[in-house]
Amino acid sequence: MFGNLDTTTLQQLWWIIDSLVGSLFLFLIFVQGGQTLLWQLGKTDVEKSLIINSLGRKWEITFTTLVLFGGALFAAFPKFYATSFGGAYWVWILILFTFIIQAVSYEFRKKPNNFLGEKVYELFLFINGSVGILLIGAAVGTFFTGSNFVLNEYNLVTWTNPLRGLEAAFSLFNLSLGLFLVFNARVLGAMYLLNNIDFTGHEDFEARTRRSILVNFLWSLPFLLYFVISLVVMDGFGFDPKTGIVAMVSGKYLGNLLSMPLVLILLLAGLVLVIWGVVTTGFRGKNNGIWFGGLGTVLVGLAVFFTAGFNNTAFYPSKAALQSSLTIYNASSSHYTLTAMSYVALIVPVVLAYIAYVWYLMDARKISAVEVTGKQADEMY
Amino acid sequence: MVEQIDLTMVNWARAQFALTAMYHWIFVPLTLGLSFLIAFFESIYVKTENEEWKKIAKFWMILFGINFAIGVATGIILEFEFGTNWSNYSWMVGDIFGAPLAVEGIAAFFLEATFFAVMFFGWERVSKKFHLFSTWMVAIGSNLSALWILVANGWMQFPTGMAFNPDTARFEMQDFWAVLFSPVAISKFTHTTSSGFLLASLFVITISSWYLLKGRHIQMAKKSILVAAVFGLLASAYVGFTGDEAAYNDAHKQPMKLAAFEGLYDGEKGAGLMAAGIINNSKKVNDDQDAFHLEIRIPGLLSLLANRKLGSFVPGIKDLVYGNEKENIMGASEKIKKGKAALEQLALYKKAKKSGDNAGAEATLTVFNQNKDYLGFGYLNAPEEAVPPVPLVYYAFHIMVALGGLFPIIFLLYLFFTLKGTIIHQKWLLALGVISVFLGFVASQCGWIVAEVGRQPWAIQDLLPVTVARSNLTAGTVQTTFFMFLAIFTLLLIAEIRIMLKQIQIGPEGK
Repeated sequence: MFGNLDTTTLQQLWWIIDSLVGSLFLFLIFVQGGQTLLWQLGKTDVEKSLIINSLGRKWEITFTTLVLFGGALFAAFPKFYATSFGGAYWVWILILFTFIIQAVSYEFRKKPNNFLGEKVYELFLFINGSVGILLIGAAVGTFFTGSNFVLNEYNLVTWTNPLRGLEAAFSLFNLSLGLFLVFNARVLGAMYLLNNIDFTGHEDFEARTRRSILVNFLWSLPFLLYFVISLVVMDGFGFDPKTGIVAMVSGKYLGNLLSMPLVLILLLAGLVLVIWGVVTTGFRGKNNGIWFGGLGTVLVGLAVFFTAGFNNTAFYPSKAALQSSLTIYNASSSHYTLTAMSYVALIVPVVLAYIAYVWYLMDARKISAVEVTGKQADEMY
Repeated sequence: MVEQIDLTMVNWARAQFALTAMYHWIFVPLTLGLSFLIAFFESIYVKTENEEWKKIAKFWMILFGINFAIGVATGIILEFEFGTNWSNYSWMVGDIFGAPLAVEGIAAFFLEATFFAVMFFGWERVSKKFHLFSTWMVAIGSNLSALWILVANGWMQFPTGMAFNPDTARFEMQDFWAVLFSPVAISKFTHTTSSGFLLASLFVITISSWYLLKGRHIQMAKKSILVAAVFGLLASAYVGFTGDEAAYNDAHKQPMKLAAFEGLYDGEKGAGLMAAGIINNSKKVNDDQDAFHLEIRIPGLLSLLANRKLGSFVPGIKDLVYGNEKENIMGASEKIKKGKAALEQLALYKKAKKSGDNAGAEATLTVFNQNKDYLGFGYLNAPEEAVPPVPLVYYAFHIMVALGGLFPIIFLLYLFFTLKGTIIHQKWLLALGVISVFLGFVASQCGWIVAEVGRQPWAIQDLLPVTVARSNLTAGTVQTTFFMFLAIFTLLLIAEIRIMLKQIQIGPEGK
């Protein structure tokens, strides 16, 4: 079935799959956003417990999606994996570091004799949700602003900036994307909590949560605007499909959006959905904003990744040596591997189905104060 | 291909990977085995409806959860370290290696992560049957996760199902099934997971024995011991069986590793298996010193294990380094010549291609193909570089085997006295039981030392030495991150141990 597809189609298919996993991750970081709201929204121990236990049932899915994103990029675009991880060393190491400290924090935070104390584990969660997401955003920003590397004729990478990737965080564009992601994750986090927690008896807590959706959305706006406006006016990294030669093209990304109307629609629809999520929870007293905000974020994510990778665009461009830039066509795995991986990807719908079913079962009853303080309290995070 | 090799950087990168892997391997074998033990306990509960078994399942689940979190934390680093510290490797073999890693994510990690939440927080939210199902899914998911990464590791030990593409300068997959069902991958998976079952059984025995010595939670401890002893005994037998298979594979796919862990410098027919010996640390391949200060070998047994044939020839380190014409063994010295020829032809091929000289490119490719199986040897400067650190591998192997022989005896004794009903009076056995999990950890770590140090200098056996697999980083950078990881992992380990000890002290009755 997949074996008959030509390499180009498979490469495009895998860019779509990887973009989807990446975009789902951008939605699932509502967990990280929620973590940064812990101190702001949770004024009492019970409220904090509600937040932690509500997020605590989902954090592993987000974590696993990140792992899968890494694995899928490795399998489908190994040259990107090798170039970016081995090159932009520091930015990735710091991102990973924030995920190490996250992984233990839910489990260890409330356990007696936990060595570092409850506050430190909460700080770990905050760092993961803020620094971690900011740096991920900055790293994604380099898909448009470019990085500093040279590949030799054997495709081995040399990074030409001594900051080894951290320089990405010093570009206003990358920083804006990072900060937008942080605030958007907070919006999603608050939306999720609103939908997942039974606030009976904690109406103040509910009002705070509802308000923070609006506040964080307003905070995200300037960064979103700066990102989108810069994106449509900036020069981009295009390549000639016949020769593969990479060159700077003025208004490249605006051109991509206009020549791929579907991507433009994804972007606009995504933004509208996020805004609708904010409006419906912030002004209309509804609790289901997470579905609109989440889907909207996925669509925006897809639009961003598609703009970076399709329409003869170098998705991981090099500022240091234009011709070293990576495209989905020169960075991919072989036809055989892409084919084999495509068969494996057929089980993805099954995976999504059982995740959805389990979440449906687990979330059928909202998490309540009774649950985190009652006789089951010992089994909670 | 690689202009200069910074050995200090390579060694720090290896140290960092070893650090992460060894920390990861403190937690993962417990996850692999405990998940099944908990599934057994819960199955008995669902079958018998005896609340005591539920309490037992829940108690071990608490310890499982504490352990699981930190296993996940160290695991994510391992995945990305292939990219960060071994980027040349990631490029050169990503076409093959990336696939199992991605399958692992899709097919196994989500199973684990999704049902983990049900297992811990679903007692009151889903039916009894669905909860049990979830617990089993976590066990199966954890072990499937191990499958794929071990397939990838097995491929590094015995690269198969692929070909080198000179245009992209990388290895490309040709046969997914050959990679998945490679005999080395299979024995890697079975040996490693069963060692996890064994270790987790020892973990249960250790804590239960401590309770019995203290006279606390006696019923729970006895029940736990009964299940763990049976599981541990079966696992031990399987570990032994798969270990034999692994050694047989080494003899045929990685004979240097076998020679190193046996300290066998001169190959011989009817080679003896080392029962005990003190190795001479200053021995070099090319000197005449004795390899051992003291050695006791069981005659003929190594030949039997290596070739399943008494009296057969087992090559020694010297045969593999300098060659042995009589036994038709090509030495590293000869392979280096071929490897260098391959590298030279590859460079010429690139040059010819660049200048549009297709006929020239074709001609160089023919010579390249004759030598490509020894590509990695082209990066070595002296044949002695093909030898791993013998004393470390030798001791690691023999400690592992000796402990591997002790564990089934421990399980048998526990089973015997538990069935007899007198386990509580066997203070000496309970004392041994309390320390047994630590012996398990030693054996388990030693196993990985044999597997990974034993294949040095190779990242990919015969094809890619670690010196070439590395990223282009300075030694200082990797040194810094090494200490960062050392600090955070150690901090978290201390936290984990303290939390765990506290929970053990609290016991299954709750606070």
